[in-house]
Amino acid sequence: MPANWTIDGVQEALASKQISAREVAADYYKRIEARNPELNAYLTLSQDRAFAQADRVDALVAAGKPLPPLAGVPIAIKDVISTRGVRTTCGSKILENYVPPYDATAVQRLEAAGAVILGKTNCDEFAMGSSNENSAYGPVRNPEAPDRVPGGSSGGSAAAVAAGLAVASLGTDTGGSIRQPGSFCGIPAMMPSYGRVSRYGLIAFASSLDRIGPFATNVRDVAAVLQVIAGRDVNDSTSTTAPVPDYRAEAQKPVKGLRIGIPKEYFGAGMDPDVRKKVEAGIEMFRKLGCELREIRMPHTDYAIAAYYIIATAEASSNLARYDGVRYGLRVEGDSLLSMYRKTRGAGFGAEVKRRIVLGTYVLSAGYYDAYYLKGQKVRSLIAQDFRDAFTKVDAMVTPTSPVPAFKLGERTNDPLQMYLADIYTVTGSLAGVPGISVPCGKICGKLAVGLQIFGPPFGEGRVLQLAQAFEQAGGAAL
Amino acid sequence: MKISREDVLRVADLAYLDLSESELETYRNQIDEILEYIGKLNELDTTNVEPMAQVLADDQTADATLREDVVVPCQVAPEILKQAPDPEPPYFRVPKVIER
Repeated sequence: MPANWTIDGVQEALASKQISAREVAADYYKRIEARNPELNAYLTLSQDRAFAQADRVDALVAAGKPLPPLAGVPIAIKDVISTRGVRTTCGSKILENYVPPYDATAVQRLEAAGAVILGKTNCDEFAMGSSNENSAYGPVRNPEAPDRVPGGSSGGSAAAVAAGLAVASLGTDTGGSIRQPGSFCGIPAMMPSYGRVSRYGLIAFASSLDRIGPFATNVRDVAAVLQVIAGRDVNDSTSTTAPVPDYRAEAQKPVKGLRIGIPKEYFGAGMDPDVRKKVEAGIEMFRKLGCELREIRMPHTDYAIAAYYIIATAEASSNLARYDGVRYGLRVEGDSLLSMYRKTRGAGFGAEVKRRIVLGTYVLSAGYYDAYYLKGQKVRSLIAQDFRDAFTKVDAMVTPTSPVPAFKLGERTNDPLQMYLADIYTVTGSLAGVPGISVPCGKICGKLAVGLQIFGPPFGEGRVLQLAQAFEQAGGAAL
Repeated sequence: MKISREDVLRVADLAYLDLSESELETYRNQIDEILEYIGKLNELDTTNVEPMAQVLADDQTADATLREDVVVPCQVAPEILKQAPDPEPPYFRVPKVIER
């Protein structure tokens, strides 16, 4: 068995009958059993569902029928994405025993494409966090450096793939929650354009920002997973009818002559000098690949964190109103309906979620709406305009994913503002709605992974994957 | 100081959120610091800037996303009620809200 399969590897091994889908799934559960007690990447395993699906794939092989694009590929799903009959906690005590009655569209599409859903991965509670330390079920450890965080909020999805406990996984990204853990764990991780992947069944944090996207061990596999989950869904009116191109074909196109913008504002103070060195070497690699580098300005970058934490918390305070102890999840009895609501929410939510509900309710409340929420939305317009202006001059943008590599567990938990500021390079693209990927760009001292981020224009996933794959093939991960 | 103890209490009340004394003080301090930071947005003149609430693709004008209102059978009620902390099929039961 290889240390970790690629999607092509699984497909070839199945088609040539070297191995069955059931054996592949069983192998992954063995790996999970060995490694998960230390990493805490998975919260719930779905063996029954996985083996039933593997058997369906094996029946197709036995009957000599054509195999769907992800046949037998073991995939992990972040625990904020609904899975019918499989517990979905959102990393929260308030949903400890919640079992969704339906599948998210992305999950349903993965299974229709033959994927084997291994289980649900740990994450910051309701995807609120940048280190996975806000999970009610304990932190995830970084597989490469177990005293450090895997990043967040999709830390379990990133760690599972990096440790070879899944071939690919789904995460969600609201302000960097796919790209930053991808960077910390040293694997490619993609946030598609807003509207590219249906959010139906994604348990909402901030609806105007939330996106589902893939992690994998290589860019070609990221493209293959995106291919399956992308596209219009009538159950999400914000999903677009724009055609879905062949992403694996797009990823193979030559990059020579593409214009890459390097925004000066992403290389300012607060950046770890070793991260800077790696990312500058990464940019040099694009020059060697024949890309044309252009310095560009993104003048409102410095305001993105402030605008983001107004908008995201405001939307969260509204979305999380549904956890009231009536229809599902935890209930703590009280002597009246209101006291039941208050006790349930007070006991069921963790510290970061409560902090964001308070902040979000405050910025929306009478007397503060204009000063904070409206102001935040106006600044969001300015940030989106920065991106529109940039994409009239360049085909893509290259930046660091995070100003720092994976930090130590517990190092930042007492200072929420410092934790928020670590999202500085990712939240801009979230606010603007554009696609972005983080690809491995070397390791500091051979251990701490650095991520290079590529932004493309709206629905320019093909372009982003094309540059990411060229970078990967040129040896970007070994810089 | 941007936010007072009374503000936090008022907001927690709006959000139906019980906070302990120590949470109240911790959040007040932390949110104060965050609001102080957010204040930097006032450096920007946004008088003539339209607020942006949502990212929409070209095909997603308000009308284009309206679908036919079709009735489809949905037989998940028993499954959904099973998730409730206090079900009384076909109802969700809550603490008494009206005094006789």
